[in-house]
Amino acid sequence: MMKKSHESLVDTSPEATTRTQLKEHILEIVSDSGEGAQKAGQSFGAISAKMGNGVWTVEIIPADIQPPPRTKESASGIRIRFGSTKVTNAGDEADVVVAFNEVVPYTRIDQEAYREGTIMLIENKWAADESEDIRKSYATAIQDFKDRGFVVYEIPMEEECLKLVSNPKRGKNMWVLGMLCQMYNRNIEKAEKQIKQIFRKKSQQVIDSNLQLLHAGYGWAAGNLDLRYDVPAVEGDQELVVMNGNEALSFGIQAAGIELCSMYPITPATSTSHHLAESIQEAGGIIHQAEDEIAAVGFAIGASYSGKTSVTITSGPGIALKTEFLGLAVMAEVPLVVIDVQRGGPSTGLPTKVEQSDLLAVLYGQPGDAPKVVLAPATIEECFHFVILARKIAEAFRMPVILLSDANLATGVQPFPRPQLREEWLSSPIDQSPRKEKSRPYDWDEKTGLSKRPIPGQTGGEYTLTGLAHSVEGKVSYKPEVNQHASAMRSRKLAAFGRTLKAPKVHGDPEGDLLIVGWGSTQGAIEEAVDHAREEGHRVSSVHLRFLSPFEPGLKEIFQKFKKVMTIEINYSDDPSDPLITGENRRYAQLAWLLRARTLIDIDCYSNVHGQPLSPGKLLDVIHQKLEQPVNA
Amino acid sequence: MFGIKQDFVCELPKKYYTLSDYEKGVARWCPGCGDHAVLSSVQRLCREEQLPPEQTVFVSGIGCSSRFPHYMNTYGFHGLHGRAFPVACGVKFRRPDLNVFVITGDGDCCSIGAGAWIHAIRYNMDLTVLLFDNQIYGMTKKQTSPTSRQGTVTNTHPHGSVLPPVNPLQTTLGVSNVSFVAQTADWVPGHLFATIKAAHEHPGFSFVKIIMRCSKFMKPLIDEMTKDREHLYLLKDEKGIQVDESTARIFTHQKAHDPSDIHAARELAEDEATHYLGLFYQNKEALRYDLYGAHNLGQSPEDKMSAINAQLDRYAV
Repeated sequence: MMKKSHESLVDTSPEATTRTQLKEHILEIVSDSGEGAQKAGQSFGAISAKMGNGVWTVEIIPADIQPPPRTKESASGIRIRFGSTKVTNAGDEADVVVAFNEVVPYTRIDQEAYREGTIMLIENKWAADESEDIRKSYATAIQDFKDRGFVVYEIPMEEECLKLVSNPKRGKNMWVLGMLCQMYNRNIEKAEKQIKQIFRKKSQQVIDSNLQLLHAGYGWAAGNLDLRYDVPAVEGDQELVVMNGNEALSFGIQAAGIELCSMYPITPATSTSHHLAESIQEAGGIIHQAEDEIAAVGFAIGASYSGKTSVTITSGPGIALKTEFLGLAVMAEVPLVVIDVQRGGPSTGLPTKVEQSDLLAVLYGQPGDAPKVVLAPATIEECFHFVILARKIAEAFRMPVILLSDANLATGVQPFPRPQLREEWLSSPIDQSPRKEKSRPYDWDEKTGLSKRPIPGQTGGEYTLTGLAHSVEGKVSYKPEVNQHASAMRSRKLAAFGRTLKAPKVHGDPEGDLLIVGWGSTQGAIEEAVDHAREEGHRVSSVHLRFLSPFEPGLKEIFQKFKKVMTIEINYSDDPSDPLITGENRRYAQLAWLLRARTLIDIDCYSNVHGQPLSPGKLLDVIHQKLEQPVNA
Repeated sequence: MFGIKQDFVCELPKKYYTLSDYEKGVARWCPGCGDHAVLSSVQRLCREEQLPPEQTVFVSGIGCSSRFPHYMNTYGFHGLHGRAFPVACGVKFRRPDLNVFVITGDGDCCSIGAGAWIHAIRYNMDLTVLLFDNQIYGMTKKQTSPTSRQGTVTNTHPHGSVLPPVNPLQTTLGVSNVSFVAQTADWVPGHLFATIKAAHEHPGFSFVKIIMRCSKFMKPLIDEMTKDREHLYLLKDEKGIQVDESTARIFTHQKAHDPSDIHAARELAEDEATHYLGLFYQNKEALRYDLYGAHNLGQSPEDKMSAINAQLDRYAV
């Protein structure tokens, strides 16, 4: 019955025809930590994705665990950018913001998340608060918002919720979801389903109460709000799934047939473990929460050594602790998948914020020469597929493979084509049949450096793995020629693997005035900025690297076709205009360092450590600036 | 192909392993080092138990003792300083079919690896753990060990070590879920063998502290320990470690001790003036983390894929 009444509301209302049709919109919901803005926003994103919209969501995470309410530190929320077609990044300033109080939006104002004309829907209960300070604060802020050019709507959220529930602190978010569903012409049935899904572990009473609030918000907006939008979806026939990058990693681990994830909790990697803990046992695997980061990787290496190729998942500080074991895995040629969901560094740094600053650490963190494969997924879909790839490379090339994700991918939510699982992903490529007596554990092939790894249980393969320099027989040896040869063989595997790669695709024309090079989660923002610049008539292209060690081939050839080349990254580099900085002593962004060394081309960089995803608008400015500089400046 | 039906092909008798099947190379420990005695005992145990070399893994850390796996013709893992426990636990977690031994030293276990040691005790996985405790860092040439007696003159404490030592027995017995704690000495071969055998048979984390002689750096201590019969006691109990009469005769003193009594075990461990050889504590019922680790092994690819697909359904648009 309910269903019918709402169908009629949407389909037959005269307003339905007068809705503003949008190609895309950026919506934010901000509240005090614990008020459920994220849950409402995630639901809104999921509903939109299910309606066929392109979606990208990104979480706004409070700085503290339990910050005092109504402070800037308490701002918790979510941004949802959704459109008619695929959305690849969080975009520029928001079009609409829903705020649960007048203080939390200031965190986002500081981060330049809003613009003149941003519509602000704000809880109005503070206007009548019993505290005079709060009433004043509210009045001042509302005036300030108007002065900033925001279009302010004061919404009686609490007042309306009180008609249904006694404690609107819980549930106000679902009322807001209902209001937004009305505003954006979202399918209410899908919203109901979403609520049933997120509260599936709760009682029927809780579900019913939230459904009531949803409908109340929906109905209230129909009668009281003149904002009527639609972001029509382009119907595709492809089956989609929608999830965040950490969930995609978890699915990837399971689909890769990895039977063990050994980890220690660390932000922002941990939610992968949460998802795994819920699901991996059904899929034949298990998760081990180790006593520390070092033990976590040691445990994984032990399991990998015994034939159960494992994954350990961590973030920057954990990578630092795992360094010695990573060196051992390289030296002793133990396959291992290491996932690093990067955050701001160094040290404890910015635990919840995005940075791409572990690249050099994972490549060069070990004493001695420690060649290894490093991959960086650029999309949430790639977070899934790259784990499967990583396992295969690790086993085929008998070495650790490091996957660099980041906080932006970890918490961003995006729909992508549902992976079609394959049995061969699950299986180990290892030959477990008995080996010839006295077979050699490091019987390196001179051309490729590859050797066949014995697994405990295999007769004839008995050997003692060691982190000491060793010969083809696996025997400890400090002879100069033995160590030189063994090091060359481990290095040669990278060259051999590199030969299997293709040159990366150039986004835009293959030649021009400026080439932007990026890696990891920035692809969407970079390409959007490049497209914009190209529409303006600029000769700009971009290339996005997935393989950081070894690099994809042909980079120098690509770079030489552009007058200028620069990387755009989220990590630290000296600004050339800073005091004391010269062309000689400038410290470059991490990929820029590597590419300069690799190509001997004078590659520039733009990077920052704001802890925020890069926005296309900002990158367009960077492109303009770089284009204006004389060549060789 | 010779007209013999498959069904009638008789099975060859299983291979009988001799000591030489477990031996590899010449151990490069100093003459008079206690490590040689443990190596012989372990090789004898392997033969006696007929442990298939390919199903047996020796995991070690770094130090004199940790060279041990190189002298066993089985699988071995000579890894990082202080990290034998996590590696061994990882080996065992999804491979219940393997016999896993941990060879560690007083520095490896009780100093740099202390964190992993505590948790490995609690995990109580089926590992045979041999702590070679010679109270000194030998490989790096005589630095103070966490188990060095207070006042030990070393290259890092030329005026004598400052702190009282760590007591490995007391520490192990203090960790929850502890399941097997024994002590033996390298110069009492009968007792050494019997203890390692009992440890191997114990279903869980069997911790054996072996009082070791470092002939190079701790000669005076060795002379004192091996000659002093007054402070050497054999622990006796029907549930304890059984030794033959000739071994029992070495001991001037014997002490009755019920290895199911953890409080009595802790009291014995605290008595640092006396060396009690035997089984301090055993609990075969302690929870085993390796059983949890292996509980869902062997699922078919079809089952795995349908489980993942069912999960994916929840994320479907």
